[in-house]
Amino acid sequence: MVFLIQQTLAYAVPLMIVALAGVFAERSGIINLALEGIMIFGAFVGVQFVKIMQEKEAFTVEQGQILLLVTLLACAVAGALFSLLLSFSAIKLKADQTLGGTALNMLAPALVLFLINVVAKQNILRIPGSSAKWFMIKKSTLGIPGDKDIGFFGEIFLNKVYISTYICIIAFIVLSIILYKTKFGLRLRACGENPQAADSLGINVYKMRYTGTTISGALAGVGGFVYALGAAGCSASGEVAGFGFLALAVMIFGNWNPGNIAVSALLFGLFKCIAASYSSIDINGDGVYLLANIGISSHVYRLLPYLITIIVLAFTSKKSRAPKAEGIPYDKGAR
Amino acid sequence: MKNNKAASSPLLDKAGAKPGLFAKNGTTTIISSFISIIIGMAIGSIIVAVVAIFNDSIDARSAWEGIRLIFLGVFSTGRDSAGSLTFGFNPTNFGDMLFRATPIILTGLSVAVAYKTGLFNIGASGQYLMGTAATLAIALSVPSATVPPVVIWILAFLGGIAAGAVWGAIPGLLKSLLNINEVISCIMTNWIAANLVTWFFDANPQFKNASESGKTAYICKTTSNGVATSKMFLDKIFPGSQVNGCIIIAIVIAIIVYIVMNKTTFGYQLKACGGNRYAAKYAGINDKRNIVLSMAIAGGLAGSAAALYWLSGNTEFYWATYQALPTEGFNGIPVAFLAANNPIGVIFTGILMSMLNIAGLQIKNLTTYNEYLTDIIIAVIVYLSSFVLIIKTFLAKRAVKKNDKKSDEAVVETVVFDDDMKPAAENNGEAAE
Repeated sequence: MVFLIQQTLAYAVPLMIVALAGVFAERSGIINLALEGIMIFGAFVGVQFVKIMQEKEAFTVEQGQILLLVTLLACAVAGALFSLLLSFSAIKLKADQTLGGTALNMLAPALVLFLINVVAKQNILRIPGSSAKWFMIKKSTLGIPGDKDIGFFGEIFLNKVYISTYICIIAFIVLSIILYKTKFGLRLRACGENPQAADSLGINVYKMRYTGTTISGALAGVGGFVYALGAAGCSASGEVAGFGFLALAVMIFGNWNPGNIAVSALLFGLFKCIAASYSSIDINGDGVYLLANIGISSHVYRLLPYLITIIVLAFTSKKSRAPKAEGIPYDKGAR
Repeated sequence: MKNNKAASSPLLDKAGAKPGLFAKNGTTTIISSFISIIIGMAIGSIIVAVVAIFNDSIDARSAWEGIRLIFLGVFSTGRDSAGSLTFGFNPTNFGDMLFRATPIILTGLSVAVAYKTGLFNIGASGQYLMGTAATLAIALSVPSATVPPVVIWILAFLGGIAAGAVWGAIPGLLKSLLNINEVISCIMTNWIAANLVTWFFDANPQFKNASESGKTAYICKTTSNGVATSKMFLDKIFPGSQVNGCIIIAIVIAIIVYIVMNKTTFGYQLKACGGNRYAAKYAGINDKRNIVLSMAIAGGLAGSAAALYWLSGNTEFYWATYQALPTEGFNGIPVAFLAANNPIGVIFTGILMSMLNIAGLQIKNLTTYNEYLTDIIIAVIVYLSSFVLIIKTFLAKRAVKKNDKKSDEAVVETVVFDDDMKPAAENNGEAAE
């Protein structure tokens, strides 16, 4: 059970943060289809950053948590810079946002694989140290003896976890509050609903859209590295297994609303977790592998998130809360 | 404005205008596409140079070699005895180029047909995968001892098209009946397809290639039971290459698509729906039916791409594909946009894209760089193509204004028509409401 919850969180947290990235872009009126690409780029930058830092011995193993924080910051910057390519074409040049996003989704894996091959002479980039030893918080890290019982919740939240999980959760909550409870958030959302009205009230729509997309890029970059850390053992290989698109599904399933997104991210994370390790999950610890005995193929769990997203879209298309002005380039001169 | 050339030509013919503007439109398309390709290649060269500067193991000479191969890769004939690159006509490269062009010409057509109906078919990858599964399943399961291989080939080809068409029709149905944005549903159907195909081959071990040890998750080639595409004597022209008759079939399909889109009522209806769905409906065109049909045709084309690629029997299909989508689907996007969605133009841009691909292989084989360089170039071209259309619109509007002053009535009529043709971006936005 502990394993199930931890694994679910490991998948759900990147989904959650990247889905929120999608919300920030779309609420400001830009469709960010490039989430997958930005994640790939962020994951690469993070892994490469850790690699350089470890090779230069800038941090010791004991300072692993500090290194992780710095790396997350580097990923955020990288993601934000990469997303500028999208916002530049979408806002300044008023180009088709879908096409721009697709271009970035193609550019990121190509660029990353090209650089990985130049740096590492193979298709995967690994860090020299062990990622678990450097970054994972264990009982020993917190000064608790290994055989001490710290209870059910202690096991879940304190043993074998990454600090990035909590940073992402805190960032998710803080940014959700900013989006819904502050003047800035209201203005940002106005630009995605009715940019003409927002402009008439003195809000700079272009600036707001740049801000939204940049926040979106930063979050997606962080999400990419969190994925690489949790699911890929801190390695980068020019792909994030479609997590960016899955995050898009989470966003739609969550109806562009952070609360719903958190729930749907957990649900999709659970599916992902079951698909990845359903034969070894022992839910109540009695030695019976229930999920394996049900006999549903792991392929079903893998494709369910996409399927239910379509079904949900089909049922809610009439009352979908998608931002009204998303995908439409804002033109000051337009009526 | 996207289908400028195609949309305006029938009207121009009717109005009896000078062919000057028509030629001009075609020229702008070619010029702007050419510019974006050159910029893409230039950025690739810059990356090569920058990497050489920051990487001590790469000297200036190999950087220069990399840059030359970006532009002339398809003409590369290896190295001479002194170790410097040689260039000339390389039949293997040219043959491989034509072979690799086949699937992306067809996925390019797929994207182009959908775009003319105002739909962005980002789901070509999923349709391609469904076509792959159907084609391989039919080609490998019908007993070749009793049924002639030609019949199996035709069945497998049609099966691939049908599977792709069904898969493409799903986003079309969702769009026309429930007004769900086709981009989102295409992304979802892509990943559903990737999982379904993996599931299908996982559950059917008879298709797996178990003969060679050390290989996992590969499907037998179609040469294993003799259902491979005929070479049609192309291997005589390009000896040593993978080329076969599928390129000819692809070109024929492109011509058929051109005729259907530009010379038939059906094609006109599709384009009218792409211009303005509601105006088309007002004019008595069944917009819902046309959206579904357009996506089904697009899916069928992507399916045929898969069918021709895998029936060639040159490569084995890696079936555990649930984490990755085939690049052929996405490469159809630059192919279509560089050709301004003109089916005939798609033939040339498809060959051009595969020329880049071959250059990538030469770069990998001959230099310290790797083949992903050309993927970067292709991605840059896609990025540029997203505003090439805008530059084109600008150029065309300016040209029209100049003509306007000459008070040429026919041209004015074209302008009105062009303004009705909203860019698909706006349509997408409306659909998202």
